[in-house]
Amino acid sequence: MIDFGFGVSPSSRINLDKADKEKFNELAIAEPDVAKCMACGSCSASCTAAAFEDTSLRRAILSLQNGLCDDASKLLSHCMLCGKCTMVCPRGINTRHLILSIQKIYSL
Amino acid sequence: MIYEGKKKIWAEYQKEIPEDHYFYVRSCIRQSFFPASEATFLDITRNKLGKDIFETEHHTTCGGIAYHSDTIPQETVMTIIARQFALMHKYGYENYVCSCITSFGLYCETMETWREFPELQQKIAENLWKTCHLEFAKPKFLVHASDLVFKYRMQIAAKSKFKLVNKNTGEPLRVVEHIGCHYSKMFPSKGVGGAEYPYVLVGMIEAWGGQIVDYPERRHCCGFGFRQYLIKSNRGYSLSNTHKKFESMEPFKPDMIITNCPGCPYFLDRWQYVIAETEGKTYGENGHGIPVFTYEEVAGLVMGYDPWDLGLQTHQVSVEPLLDKIGIPYDPAKKYLGKNGKYLGEPQKPQCLK
Repeated sequence: MIDFGFGVSPSSRINLDKADKEKFNELAIAEPDVAKCMACGSCSASCTAAAFEDTSLRRAILSLQNGLCDDASKLLSHCMLCGKCTMVCPRGINTRHLILSIQKIYSL
Repeated sequence: MIYEGKKKIWAEYQKEIPEDHYFYVRSCIRQSFFPASEATFLDITRNKLGKDIFETEHHTTCGGIAYHSDTIPQETVMTIIARQFALMHKYGYENYVCSCITSFGLYCETMETWREFPELQQKIAENLWKTCHLEFAKPKFLVHASDLVFKYRMQIAAKSKFKLVNKNTGEPLRVVEHIGCHYSKMFPSKGVGGAEYPYVLVGMIEAWGGQIVDYPERRHCCGFGFRQYLIKSNRGYSLSNTHKKFESMEPFKPDMIITNCPGCPYFLDRWQYVIAETEGKTYGENGHGIPVFTYEEVAGLVMGYDPWDLGLQTHQVSVEPLLDKIGIPYDPAKKYLGKNGKYLGEPQKPQCLK
């Protein structure tokens, strides 16, 4: 192998054919509201924990849809379940309950 | 959709390409890396098809490399371009054909800027007179050399000795076509098929017997992007672009790649070597790479030119497996011999890439 002083960067490309959707389907049955999320980001904008740690329910849902469970785990690990996101969600999703269901199904 | 409606919509994606009488300008990059491609274009159009393609030794670079590297301002580039156009006018031509996609994009950009800002055009005309004593003129038709080969594709097919067909199986070769971004993406209306359905290379491959491969990253950039490779520390961006394309096309098992840009064949060819040497990965059959060609080289191959006269020995990825597949004869002993039979020297063999 030769060191050219540069190399291939890790790709951000996601192959959805290879993503494991089994747990997300389970989540969608337990919490049908997860499909209602339009990724507006109101939850992330109002999140108390997000001011201090990398926390975002919006990005976590996107990661789960793409089969990136580890990313979702990090984004929800500092959630304090204060419920402010539930109060601001324009779709009326019970986000607090959704986060609890994600933690239960994905064993976070 | 009714057939007439489809025809009407497709008509909007067409480009008017005059049949004959062109002023030809070469490409800085292609003259360095693929010098035989331009010679082949001139030989095919002039000697095989009998077209009037004029070129003069007085033309210069379009300034594109310096412009895209942020080293000269746009007005300087415009004056250089105005001089090229003035030379065309001086020699009595109205149709301008350029070999380079970067130049083509820059000519389109300049013409559009002049149309939008006539006072700037006036200033450039004055600059041209002050610096070169040449009369300002604009081409009536501006085309890229691939437009011309596309226009002549059926005439080339009629004179062809080989088809892009696997001689062992009788199946059409699976060809990846890669359009230069500065051909179809900057000013989509200036290219055949626009940005959505670039048809210039597809038309050639279909006319010469091949089969086009569609794959997810088909319209992704090759990774040329001037800023991405001029500085060594940035070259990972360029390499990653190419890597993404190859990973995407690999499952479709293409036999070859055809390109119409100066940078695309260079980077799609050379980065296969770098990927092989850094990642240990090759994308062709049996440890070979996927051979990458310019459209003139493919036209030359189907017309029966000697592969070594087309400069195919200067490619990083070996072309011999493909030549064998089509059944094109070649003499391995002459691979590294010059026109006069003088030995040119042989490059060092790569470790991973066959």
